[in-house]
Amino acid sequence: MAMQRREIPEFIIPVSGSQDNLLSARWGQGLQLMVFSGNGKRRYMAGEADVAVNLDKPSVVHDVRWQTDMHYPATRKLAAQSHEIFTSLQKHTSDATDGTKKPQLVKFSRRYRVAMMECLEDLRKAASDMAEDEGDQETYKDMCQLYQQLELIWNLCEILYIENLPGGVILQQLLDWVKLHFTDADTLAARIISEGEINISKDYWSAVYIYVLQGRLAEARHLLSMNPETQHDVHGAYARIDELMRRMPVFSVFSRQSLAEFDLKWRNWQEICQQLLVDGVFVSYQPLETICRILAGQQDVLDQLQDLAGDWYQIMVTKLLYTNPMVKAVDLQYHAKSCMDKFRGSSRLLPLDQILLAALEYDVTQIIKISSSNLSNWWFVAHLADLLHHAGQLETHQLDFGATMREFLLLEYASTLMARESMWQIIIEYLEHCPVFGRHHLELFVEKIPLQSEKKAYKVLKICDEKNMDDQAQSICKVMGMRALQEKRLGTALTWCLRSQDASFATYLAEKFLTEYSLNGNFSNLDLIDNLGSSMLVSDRLTFLAKYRDFHRLYEEGEFAEAGELLLSLIEANLAPKQFMLILLTDALPLLELDVVVFSSKQTSQLLMCKENLLKWYQSEEYTREILPKKSKGHVELEKEKMELLQLGLSRNLSRALLEESVRT
Amino acid sequence: MYVARNISADHKDLIHDVAFDFYGRRMATCSSDHSVQVWDINDKNEWHCTASWKTHSGSVWRVTWAHPEFGQVLASCSYDRMAAIWEEIAGSTTQSQRRQGHWIKRATLVDSRTSVTDVKFSPRCLGLKLATCSADGNVRIYEAPDLTDLTTWEIQDQIQTKLSCSCLSWNPSRLHPATIAVGSDNTNPAAGGKVQIYEHSENERKWNRTSMLMSITEAVHDIAYAPNLGRSYDVLAIATKDVVIMRFDKKDPAMIGPAPGRNTPVQLDHQGAQVWQISWNITGTILAASSDDGMVKLWKANYLDKWKCIQVLKGDGSSVAPLLMQPKEAARETRGSSLPEPSVDAGFMSSSPKFSIFTSSWFSDSSPRSRQGRPSSSPGSTASSTVIRGFHVH
Repeated sequence: MAMQRREIPEFIIPVSGSQDNLLSARWGQGLQLMVFSGNGKRRYMAGEADVAVNLDKPSVVHDVRWQTDMHYPATRKLAAQSHEIFTSLQKHTSDATDGTKKPQLVKFSRRYRVAMMECLEDLRKAASDMAEDEGDQETYKDMCQLYQQLELIWNLCEILYIENLPGGVILQQLLDWVKLHFTDADTLAARIISEGEINISKDYWSAVYIYVLQGRLAEARHLLSMNPETQHDVHGAYARIDELMRRMPVFSVFSRQSLAEFDLKWRNWQEICQQLLVDGVFVSYQPLETICRILAGQQDVLDQLQDLAGDWYQIMVTKLLYTNPMVKAVDLQYHAKSCMDKFRGSSRLLPLDQILLAALEYDVTQIIKISSSNLSNWWFVAHLADLLHHAGQLETHQLDFGATMREFLLLEYASTLMARESMWQIIIEYLEHCPVFGRHHLELFVEKIPLQSEKKAYKVLKICDEKNMDDQAQSICKVMGMRALQEKRLGTALTWCLRSQDASFATYLAEKFLTEYSLNGNFSNLDLIDNLGSSMLVSDRLTFLAKYRDFHRLYEEGEFAEAGELLLSLIEANLAPKQFMLILLTDALPLLELDVVVFSSKQTSQLLMCKENLLKWYQSEEYTREILPKKSKGHVELEKEKMELLQLGLSRNLSRALLEESVRT
Repeated sequence: MYVARNISADHKDLIHDVAFDFYGRRMATCSSDHSVQVWDINDKNEWHCTASWKTHSGSVWRVTWAHPEFGQVLASCSYDRMAAIWEEIAGSTTQSQRRQGHWIKRATLVDSRTSVTDVKFSPRCLGLKLATCSADGNVRIYEAPDLTDLTTWEIQDQIQTKLSCSCLSWNPSRLHPATIAVGSDNTNPAAGGKVQIYEHSENERKWNRTSMLMSITEAVHDIAYAPNLGRSYDVLAIATKDVVIMRFDKKDPAMIGPAPGRNTPVQLDHQGAQVWQISWNITGTILAASSDDGMVKLWKANYLDKWKCIQVLKGDGSSVAPLLMQPKEAARETRGSSLPEPSVDAGFMSSSPKFSIFTSSWFSDSSPRSRQGRPSSSPGSTASSTVIRGFHVH
């Protein structure tokens, strides 16, 4: 128990007074906590009295974030690139046949590795960039180390799981793997050669040995040939060793050679090596003797060269090359274990060792498991697991809540990106490829995307439309509408409102427009109101607004009869707010003043009736209690005057209409 | 890698609550100094205080944001027996209002006769509702009938829980009738279960108690339903002595998930310490719990529903003097030498060892230790390798 407890990582926050006031924490978006001192205890202690503490220092809130790996410029690029590879991989495997699948998967794997190497290169540059501050440089250096390891693991997994060549003979690929990642010899050789005159130093021989250990005999021979001693090679030792190296048989899956044939040749060749040692051909050429001992597969020479031979997995490859070149992939684990025991000894296995061992043991779950708990990086496990899943290497490990391991990892990866706001489009695509819980996460996430601009809101809405997330789309429209209203942009608010089909909000906005009209005598956002079309039906008030605007247009166009009819129907339909009734009736006044009679006697009496109703309302208790106190005296006077004018106009019109009608009949 | 950045609030007294808005781009803090502060984050991920004003005449216990569909709306509750609704409006403000930003008080809810201990807006799908609870055991549910006029709030129901209330939480699930869990800080174990669950009945138009968790006999100080992302059950975290996690299976068989039936409460070990505050991450997968021993523990469940502490955050007990940052003034980053004392440096940013692992506790048996070994960092040991970020004195 005590052991376990110690294993929980601790993060110390320098907080003043945390002893007395304790700490509390609230989650933000993604992996972010706001930690502050002071918590419920104080509240509880307050009990009956509320005592002030009056801190001598201002209180502090700590913005704690972690798993920020993907938030640096170099890794952001990696996130973007790998997202591209990820999506095309998903698309590809859904319509690939078995035959074409494997070579394609290898290509995808290599693309991931290229992206990693680019990232590594950028990190290296950043780490040595003096413009970066020291702490960042330190971070970049550590990240370099991490990504180097990740690439090493990925490459091995690619060889073992994605590429796995027929026949299972794997040595050549392992040699390439070592060659690609351990370039000490190249660095040494390049330096020696660049110095012009070849200086036979310790470094020179180190370079030669490493080449031989890595099976890069061509390079070794090249370096040897530059040795000035080859010029006066009286005993022919240099020529001998060169010959040996040149003639070493190499097995290739693509050659027509059979395994048995190769085996025979290889045994022959190594016997020659051994014989030369027995004959003592290189006795007076110590370095050449060492080379020959390597070639002959002698174990003790590896012990001597341990400093150059590298880590256990490099030694394993060397050993296999010179003792068991036809080793099958499935047998690697035994060799790995023995090399590890021999060269690691009792020292604690690092996560990298464990992961490589698990890979050689074909234990995919274990690779993912150790990587995810040790490499502080969900990017790696999520993408690797996905690739292995497509290669059919990932057992569909049903988790308790039904998601596969792949989905679990993808969700975790997506959640580490969430703290970074600009990643939202990438996150959506990852969530989309999580069949079980992805949809739920997507729904939650889409709503949480901050909408700084209309443009972004439209982008997010488009995604909602594509994915049939109506509820979320509606919510986004409401948020945007509310914001526009707050900023007093009524037209924009109405546009958003119509999209979300929010009736009560539409009513509210229509009223706002009408109020605006009653204050200024004109409408803003005419375009919008004139082109409402059928969307005006969302709310009665909005319908009224649109129709009322129609009336204005008819009037302006001189269609008085139609305008009058529309006005009357608007007044009769009672769609308008009560307070607006007087404005409507007043609008009738100019029509009454025209030379032609617009309203018939019947219509006029209807108008009169409405006027009477309004008058009644003015005298009602509701009006005198709630509305009258809010109106200024002048306003009330004006209203009274308007009513009188109306009375006059209407009665005059009535007489004119009656006269005209009687003439007609 | 953990990175902490200090933000110096100028609350004159303890901060009781920090609340993020829906998008995590704004933050509100409340304090015993009777005030609320609102913070906004800029493109460089720096927080700026944009408003700070006196909200109550007593300690402000909690502050909470409404869904942005309803505008920029905050609710606060206080020892002064009131809860208040605040709305941010656009427009210019006079000099005297400057500190308050554009926040205006829309309503004061004065129904409680004792300290109002918690206030929470309902999930968006239920409209704009607000629940408060108070020390005298009353839970009140308010509703804004007109979303465009937040000055009017009607009491939808008032529940007498008979035990002094300390906290409440709305069930976020949309497939469920409106549900509230209420916790009590009553310390008498004989007084019955300290968590009660109420459900709204549409037909009866009232709230009914559906259960009382008899297993919770110690005082409860915080309670929180986990966000539900497609789980077939609800998860409720309860802060009492240790944290208790309860699972409630839904009746709806169409939901995905495993077979129901594992409803035994899970105890998250804080060594018997009183836990005061808990908080779920947005996906409901990690719980942060802060307890009497000064630690904040992060808990995560693995696939066997085994909960594991994956990280501990704690204060160093030192009294590093934070530099003052005035609200509305830009936080400026400073580099090492411009800070007053080198020893203070670590106070402004410390990081645990690089690549310290934020482990996936999905694998419960794997070691969360870092590759490079150091399990924790003290300010002294990391000062050399950390970036120094601080806020300048103004």
